Amino acid sequence: MAGSSDTIVDLSQAMVTAPTTAADWLVIAPVALCLTFSALSLMFRKDVSRQAPLAIVGFALLLIVAILLLRHVWMNGTMVMTMGRWLPPFGISFTVDMLGAMFVLTTAVIALLASIHALADLDSTQLRYGFFPFLFLMIGGVCGAFLTGDIFNLYVWFEVLLISSFGLLVLGSEREQIDGTTKYAYLNLVATTLFLVATGYLYGIFGTLNMADIARKAPLLRETAPLMTLAVLYFFAFGMKAAAFPVNFWLPASYHTPRIVVSALFAGLLTKVGVYALLRSLVVLLPAERAILAELIAWVAASTMLLGALGALAQNDIRRLLGFVVVSGIGVMMAGLALGSPLGLSGAMVYAVHSMLVMTALYIAAGLAGSITGSMAIGATGGGHKADPLLAFAVPALRPSRAGPPPFSGLWPKAMLVKASLDVGAWWLAGAILLTGLLTSIATVRVFLLACWRDRETVEGATSGGLLRAAPLAALLAMTLAIGVYPQPLLEAANTAAAAILDNAGWAAKVFPEAVQP
Amino acid sequence: METALAVLVGVFFTFAIYLLLSRHVIRMLLGVAILGNGVNLLIFTAGRITREAPPIIPDHLTVPDVAVANPLPQALILTAIVISFSFFAFLLVLAMRAYQELDTDDTDDMRVAEPANDVAPPVSY
Repeated sequence: MAGSSDTIVDLSQAMVTAPTTAADWLVIAPVALCLTFSALSLMFRKDVSRQAPLAIVGFALLLIVAILLLRHVWMNGTMVMTMGRWLPPFGISFTVDMLGAMFVLTTAVIALLASIHALADLDSTQLRYGFFPFLFLMIGGVCGAFLTGDIFNLYVWFEVLLISSFGLLVLGSEREQIDGTTKYAYLNLVATTLFLVATGYLYGIFGTLNMADIARKAPLLRETAPLMTLAVLYFFAFGMKAAAFPVNFWLPASYHTPRIVVSALFAGLLTKVGVYALLRSLVVLLPAERAILAELIAWVAASTMLLGALGALAQNDIRRLLGFVVVSGIGVMMAGLALGSPLGLSGAMVYAVHSMLVMTALYIAAGLAGSITGSMAIGATGGGHKADPLLAFAVPALRPSRAGPPPFSGLWPKAMLVKASLDVGAWWLAGAILLTGLLTSIATVRVFLLACWRDRETVEGATSGGLLRAAPLAALLAMTLAIGVYPQPLLEAANTAAAAILDNAGWAAKVFPEAVQP
Repeated sequence: METALAVLVGVFFTFAIYLLLSRHVIRMLLGVAILGNGVNLLIFTAGRITREAPPIIPDHLTVPDVAVANPLPQALILTAIVISFSFFAFLLVLAMRAYQELDTDDTDDMRVAEPANDVAPPVSY
């Protein structure tokens, strides 16, 4: 440094010289906020009563930031911020397009509502184990994965959310949880290691890790480089993270073991990160390879849907049933990935947003039903309609919403995906989507019939729901109804997002504004 | 050199997958450790092996004057080592707690979360 003072260095060749505007900071704000609040709530680990208000403030701020970010992306298109101000691809870029902003907003909504539910649901022992620090870290990891524009950075965010999800999953260290966590931890670790293997190969081939750079170099290397290997590795690794058949077995083995609010968060967020990564890696980075794999992806999608629905039919425990419902939803989203058309992709995105909200609500409702009726086993519950009228309304409203009749949010994405399948003549894929809807409604309506509608005189070990626990459920229910009745804004956002992820040239132009196109 | 390292990576992966296929948590743990090292070696090899100078710029220059080794794969490996180390630590404690609580390290016997004799849901209302 000292010796270079006599030479004049033109920094503009290596660094971003334009001042960073306030709007640019929005790109990094969700991650920075979550990590800061994670550290803050860790400081209050001795005084857990202060963690709860801190968490509500933190997630409320996150929600505001996410809304501002979405608004900015909606008006100005993709936003880019590069760490350390090194010009991309040398600095790590965060690139937010409509898809990322939409998912970050949904994540913020779920995090806020789940933490409100957690206030009533968790006792101080669980809080002392570090629920809120882990939660903030996990949400930070999820937001980071949705925002980053660098493939190795995506791996790092996967690991951040994975290690904090281990912490949340094993919180309380009950026998069941340790069992579930063992299976969850090993299989997810293998999946992320495969992701790292694929990323190592990708670096060897491309010499870059910036996603926009990879996307614009892929057509030049397609003839000579083994890009198909990369695509298959990514498909396998992220398919495992998303719990696609036949690598889905970690999910039904673990999702019913932790506290219900943790299950709700996991079901809402974690598998969707896998779907998001599939969209990013296959649709954006390796589109030609995705087109070749489309048939395989479609079969995987159809079998995931049907396996999830059939598995749900066979379960007696409500939480385990819901685990299979999560799996079947992943299949529906992968159908959109297999189709790859703008309509199919936006259908998958709308379904992902719907699924995040509804799965979280379903687990919260299951927790309420369990505590009101005193049991999680379908055969043993009953009398829910007497104990809690909100629950008796929420459950029938939510459960079929998953299957997709009007006026709930499940209708629109399913209609889009069925239409997109029929457009390309994949009638069997459309049939699988519809059959899954039917089977899911049978499985979930049965839960409603037995848990809420059936009369039961004596209820042992039952506790009341409480406003704080029920309020998030009511809010999620209102949202799914709102999307069902007035889907236009969400559909527009999803169409914009689908157009954005199919437009690699536009993306590269945002990330490399002054660069000469290769 | 690349060929030898590629073969070595294959050997690492073979051992790791063999161990991960075991039913015993401790062997799986060893498999995870070897797998992590195999991947690190893979990234190192994929980033090109060069016998160049270390990537340090002399005091009087602003760019390196000779061909230097690529520092990026090393940064990636460093990150991956830290992550795999923390995962290994977590899994080690988890295996110990599983042995204490479930009294087994055989994953086939770990049926607390998914009991083998689970009842079917009622078929009538």
